[in-house]
Amino acid sequence: MRRALILALAIGFGALALAQEPIKIGCLLEFTGACAAYGQMARDALEFARAAGIVPTEVLGRPIELVYFDARTEPVEAANGATRLIQVEKVVAIIGTMCSGPFLGAAEIVQKAGVPMIGPTTTNPLTTQVGDYCFRACFKDDDQGPVAAALARDYFGAKTAAVVIDVAQAYCVGLGKYFIEAFEALGGKVVATLYCRSGDVDYTAQLTEIQRVNPDIIYTPNYYTEVALMARQARDLGLTQPILGADGLFAPELIQIGGKAVEGIHFTTFWHPAQATGLGLLYAQKYKEHFGREADAFGALAVDCYLLIVDAIKRAGSADPKAIKEALQTADLEVVTGRTIMTPEGDPIKDFYFLKVENGQFVYATMIPAARAAEIKALMGK
Amino acid sequence: MDTYLQQLLNGVTLGSLYALIAIGYTMVYGILRLINFAHGDVFMWAGYWVFFLVALFHLPWWLGAVCAVVITALMGVTIERVAYRPLREAPRISLLITAIGVSFLLENLIIVLPWASGRQKPYPTPNFMIQIYQAGSVRIQGVTIWVPLIAAACLLGLIFLVYRTKVGRAMRAIATDIETTALMGADINRVISYTFLVGSALAAVGGILWGCRYPRLQWDLGIMPGWRAFTAAVIGGIGNIVGAMLGGFLLGLAEILVVAFLPGLSGFRDAFIFAILIFFLLFKPTGILGKPLKEKV
Repeated sequence: MRRALILALAIGFGALALAQEPIKIGCLLEFTGACAAYGQMARDALEFARAAGIVPTEVLGRPIELVYFDARTEPVEAANGATRLIQVEKVVAIIGTMCSGPFLGAAEIVQKAGVPMIGPTTTNPLTTQVGDYCFRACFKDDDQGPVAAALARDYFGAKTAAVVIDVAQAYCVGLGKYFIEAFEALGGKVVATLYCRSGDVDYTAQLTEIQRVNPDIIYTPNYYTEVALMARQARDLGLTQPILGADGLFAPELIQIGGKAVEGIHFTTFWHPAQATGLGLLYAQKYKEHFGREADAFGALAVDCYLLIVDAIKRAGSADPKAIKEALQTADLEVVTGRTIMTPEGDPIKDFYFLKVENGQFVYATMIPAARAAEIKALMGK
Repeated sequence: MDTYLQQLLNGVTLGSLYALIAIGYTMVYGILRLINFAHGDVFMWAGYWVFFLVALFHLPWWLGAVCAVVITALMGVTIERVAYRPLREAPRISLLITAIGVSFLLENLIIVLPWASGRQKPYPTPNFMIQIYQAGSVRIQGVTIWVPLIAAACLLGLIFLVYRTKVGRAMRAIATDIETTALMGADINRVISYTFLVGSALAAVGGILWGCRYPRLQWDLGIMPGWRAFTAAVIGGIGNIVGAMLGGFLLGLAEILVVAFLPGLSGFRDAFIFAILIFFLLFKPTGILGKPLKEKV
């Protein structure tokens, strides 16, 4: 009798433990290095959204646990992180990385292991081409570059442009190339293409050259780390042209470090809290109450990835990585940044937002629907 | 024409910053034959000290800068005392590896410090440094005027210290033969501490001025300037103080001019710089002003 009771208890506890066994989701994010701001914003947003009850913290009756790993903005470190998260932590899916370079470092590993990885803001087209386990939650650079070119032509009326590209980042190189192609297809002329490397601090040589050719606009699809200093030096040298950038600029450091020099910088991005509706509006309001600052697009997209994975687990009825991957491919979900319809290639269809820096704040300027990007590309013959 | 004048000025500004870091680098090498890989990180810390003192503790900028030099100099002495002194009798390679270890420690310390974190911080800049002066169509930043002046003052001070004082004489003696100098009754440890004090103070001055020109703090900001300073020291003849200054200026100018004349190759700027380093190491290891080193018995 006693033995049977113990056995029954043991089975009962065992079943309870099994039911409570958490589902682990890896967060391979950049907490240091060139993309540190994005990774830290993503972590803040994920922790906040879970604590504030904006996103579910359990699925299929099991709690969801997030396991973080610092990708250090290095492809090799991202690869190590992916291996660790999959083999040691046994995660069923991975959120990350924020930047395309590290994503490409980890992509082969997740593909081989068969664990889906979804990059919140990995815009380089190559990232999802590695295989069917690679996803993104944002638009692609071969759309973002042409959209920026169209803005340079229509919004600024620029006839000539100079481009400064960070050759050490796959993201910047790709975006620069797409911008140049589109700007010329739209009837503009790129009069100077100059290069720099991540970590560079001195841009005076490139900028003095730009001053000599005197373009109507400067396009610099680099990270805030480089652009804040470049903008300062540009204004110090007396360049007055508008500076146009990309989604990598949406970090408070741009304004902290760039100061007055970054006033008037415009850039393409994923989302802005002022334009949010539905879940996004709730998120933006609670975020501001909690942190005392405006919500950012990087955090919002990280939360989107979380929601997409949880939704996929729910629809698949299982936490099996392969089932999650298949469910992700057919996702159609209302998330923080709006409705996200995933394509089987892992690239969702998203609208483009255009922001500017005004009085030390990121302000909404205009928006371009996803359909317009397709039109521009059709014009380019693509 | 004005474009080239502006480029020349850009080069001089960058070059004088390199020169300032290279002086400290070459000084430690000249005396101890130690390539102090942590020099660039000590330089980085100086910038952070200014940030801590001025932005967090609200000291006036000049006071923050002076305190930063003092604290950084003491940091240098501590590093020598803790990490290098116990290895003085060890093979030189152990010392080199330790220097790399110290370098990593200093970098990662900044990352884990809660007030610094992995994210970039804005360096506090005083107005007189970032003021812009217009001369014709050429624009000059305050830093461009101050840095060469301060670098020259540091160089003169250092030459006075090394050639006109008792400590300086001891430093030169140690550079020639450390054992014999010890036998002559000089306090080796004290002299080497002085060397690190002065070398780190120079790194601090460099770091503070670097911040004024490039006001962005990040844990790895010392790495590239450190390598550039090493290159500058090699070009000038490592161990030679005037040579380091010259090497710094040449390197800064070369870096700017390669972009000015070959804008399409601007992405290869670093490759170009390190090609110069390799060229000197292969064909003129003693640099422009260095004397051939006699192998010590």
